[in-house]
Amino acid sequence: MQEIVDQLAATIRAAAASNAPLCIRSGGTKDFYGQQDKGRDGGSGSILDPTAYAGIVDYEPTELVVTARAGTPLMQLETELNSRGQMLAFEPPHFGTGATLGGCIAAGLSGPRRASAGAVRDFVLGVRMLDGRGDDLSFGGQVMKNVAGYDIPRLMAGSLGTLGLLLEVSLKVLPLPAEERTLRLSMNEAEAIETMNRWAGKPLPVSATCFCDGELTVRLSGATSAVRAARAVLGGEEIAENSSFWKSIREQANPFFQSGKQLWRLSIKSTTVPLSLPGKQLIEWSGAVRWLSVDAEMDNEAVQALVRKAARDAGGHASVFRSQTPAPAVFHPLPRAMMNIHRRLKEKFDPMRIFNPGRLYSEL
Amino acid sequence: MNRMNDALELVKKLRTFLPAESVLHETEDVRPYECDGLSAYRQTPMIVVLPRTEDEVAGILKVCHALKIPVVARGAGTGLSGGALPHPQGVLLSLAKLKNILGIDPAGRTARVQPGVRNLAISEAAAPYGLYYAPDPSSQIACSIGGNVAENSGGVHCLKYGLTVHNILKLRVLTIEGEILEIGGNGLDAPGYDLLALMTGSEGMLGIVTEVTVKLTPRPEKAQVVLAAFDDIRDAGNAVANVIGAGIIPAGMEMMDKITTGAVEEYVHAGYNIEAAAILLCESDGAEEEVAEEIERINEIMRQSGATEVRTSRDEAERVRFWAGRKAAFPAAGRVSPDYYCMDGTIPRKNLASVLAGIEALSAEYGLRCMNVFHAGDGNLHPLILYDANHPGELELTEEFGAKILGMCIEAGGTITGEHGVGIEKINQMCSQFKTGELEMFHAVKAAFDPESLLNPGKAIPTLRRCAEQGAMHVHRGKEKFPELPRF
Repeated sequence: MQEIVDQLAATIRAAAASNAPLCIRSGGTKDFYGQQDKGRDGGSGSILDPTAYAGIVDYEPTELVVTARAGTPLMQLETELNSRGQMLAFEPPHFGTGATLGGCIAAGLSGPRRASAGAVRDFVLGVRMLDGRGDDLSFGGQVMKNVAGYDIPRLMAGSLGTLGLLLEVSLKVLPLPAEERTLRLSMNEAEAIETMNRWAGKPLPVSATCFCDGELTVRLSGATSAVRAARAVLGGEEIAENSSFWKSIREQANPFFQSGKQLWRLSIKSTTVPLSLPGKQLIEWSGAVRWLSVDAEMDNEAVQALVRKAARDAGGHASVFRSQTPAPAVFHPLPRAMMNIHRRLKEKFDPMRIFNPGRLYSEL
Repeated sequence: MNRMNDALELVKKLRTFLPAESVLHETEDVRPYECDGLSAYRQTPMIVVLPRTEDEVAGILKVCHALKIPVVARGAGTGLSGGALPHPQGVLLSLAKLKNILGIDPAGRTARVQPGVRNLAISEAAAPYGLYYAPDPSSQIACSIGGNVAENSGGVHCLKYGLTVHNILKLRVLTIEGEILEIGGNGLDAPGYDLLALMTGSEGMLGIVTEVTVKLTPRPEKAQVVLAAFDDIRDAGNAVANVIGAGIIPAGMEMMDKITTGAVEEYVHAGYNIEAAAILLCESDGAEEEVAEEIERINEIMRQSGATEVRTSRDEAERVRFWAGRKAAFPAAGRVSPDYYCMDGTIPRKNLASVLAGIEALSAEYGLRCMNVFHAGDGNLHPLILYDANHPGELELTEEFGAKILGMCIEAGGTITGEHGVGIEKINQMCSQFKTGELEMFHAVKAAFDPESLLNPGKAIPTLRRCAEQGAMHVHRGKEKFPELPRF
């Protein structure tokens, strides 16, 4: 396995020496996400593919920690955890069979359980990575509590490969809930937002929420007794397709996500009242995420200005999650002082700017 | 210029926008700030400033930045690693006067607070809404939220409820240039790099936190605790693994060894079995039905794991009494010994028995007693080495003993600090835990925020020279990088 690391490091050093950009890519399941970068098709760069560096390095269920190589298929990792009664609690979307652990961490995307269990970054304990000089570095570790050195492992989550190539990741894992049930209630959007937030403020085992088309769908997870007790309190109708419904939300296979030419993601304060924006919305995470599907007739620029303002006013940010036409700025613009810090961090990790240039922000 | 002239010039500049009582420089006024909770290290600062507003903090930073004067931030001063140890030529920036709770949003389950607000005060203010702030370090009566962010503080409930990093949403941070950064947001994530994670646990070396938005958690309906006694510490360790292996995430899981239970029982009468080699406290919280179900399973697992005695708290008063012993471990150490030194390593739990055996052997070798309290659920060990600073050389022996414990933690696949921070105390052990390349990257991250290294300089990340002098440095492919760093 070390030969693979040596080869990857050699490729990075050569790219740094010749100032040639690299596009980090394994299964390519998240090609749609982020801005077009110079390493991708049409650009001058080449692909840096860590898929071969795969496999679970260490997993002891009673420690609640798993360490795996970045190329490990996400499916394989989750199957192994499930077979021991455990899971990745942030319920990551795969977006295809080729999804790998490295891509999952670099993209930093979490699924329906995020509002109750936490995000990708909350479960990252340690990373081994190659920086822009090809240096092999390890940060964090395989223990839950660790404050030695800056928290570079969590910094890597969601950095879209712009700071380094992940080699290995250690994650906290959690037990699978003993029981899961899904309820459905009819109500309007304002009632749904109020209801989701009220439930989140009570000790209820709500593990996921989704509102669309006048229907609030709620998942309860936990000890059998707790789920039963909550089921009686919350009301609504129980639906049979418990796991397939949440999978369709997580993987965006639900018809909502397939409509429209552009899918925006607004991450805002959960109690924000219904947003009046052009297009159709689906709400997740107790109101903290509003998905907006925009039709073909609408003007990109006008939509962008409206959506960004709505997100900012609601204390959050908006990004273009999917688009049939390339979006000029995918992620929410950063204030100057924040961009300065981002640029300096990028310089430190990747001085020649070879990793995924422009994928996150054109300045990085 | 000498220190005296520097100080007078700086005082003059600061008093143009700060009242006289906010700028202290007389020796008797700055003396109370000479150390934090780690009193073995003391240093009087050149000046102490006590700003009352974010604008005043920004003004102080701008002056210090212009004059290249180091700034050490201090919250409540309860830290245990010397992170707030003053710089002799620097300003000690106390955030104690920024102590307002700016707002509680019960529907959104957040609180917006200034950095000097005490940890427990947040939970008290949220209590009428059935909410609380989950991380509960032992010092929560006194420690401030700004300090919690700087150290990424945990507590006895963090296996289930997370550390500071999992429970904050947004920070207002001033850079050394006095520029404001809004990090995080009111949603559950923010655009760009996760600077919220980077700031948390950064020990005041990247920026000065002036406001924190924390997440509030619904108070569980019920909590109950199981107290189990074991006559072999390995059985207690296995019991922890068995509980977790059964799919239970306890709200709290604490272990104490015999010397600890003996010391605390005499002090608080918690009802511990003092003949046992180790006792475990395992708490369940949640809905009534859930707690009843979980407590029954925990009881069963404790018995199957060889517990010699298993008791469940019958009411809230008994639950509080069972916990009182654990919470009194530190004061109890102070009663049985003139001084004690608290360590903070974390290890993978499977190595608990061997690490404890190693500590016992070191205890015999050094002739110093050691009490062990352990956040067993997450592997965080707090050995308390008992010593007497009045015996010449005993502090040095204690520090050597402590360093060896941390070495064992690294060997066991763990870390030198779980929640107390590196500060000045564990800076040498950083050379053993990390290679040169990683230490260089830490310095580079600091430089991205604070290029002239004015914020808490000399803490948390050792210079390469320091590591080389200790002989513990790993030479990194024989190449020198980052020529701006201090070298040999």
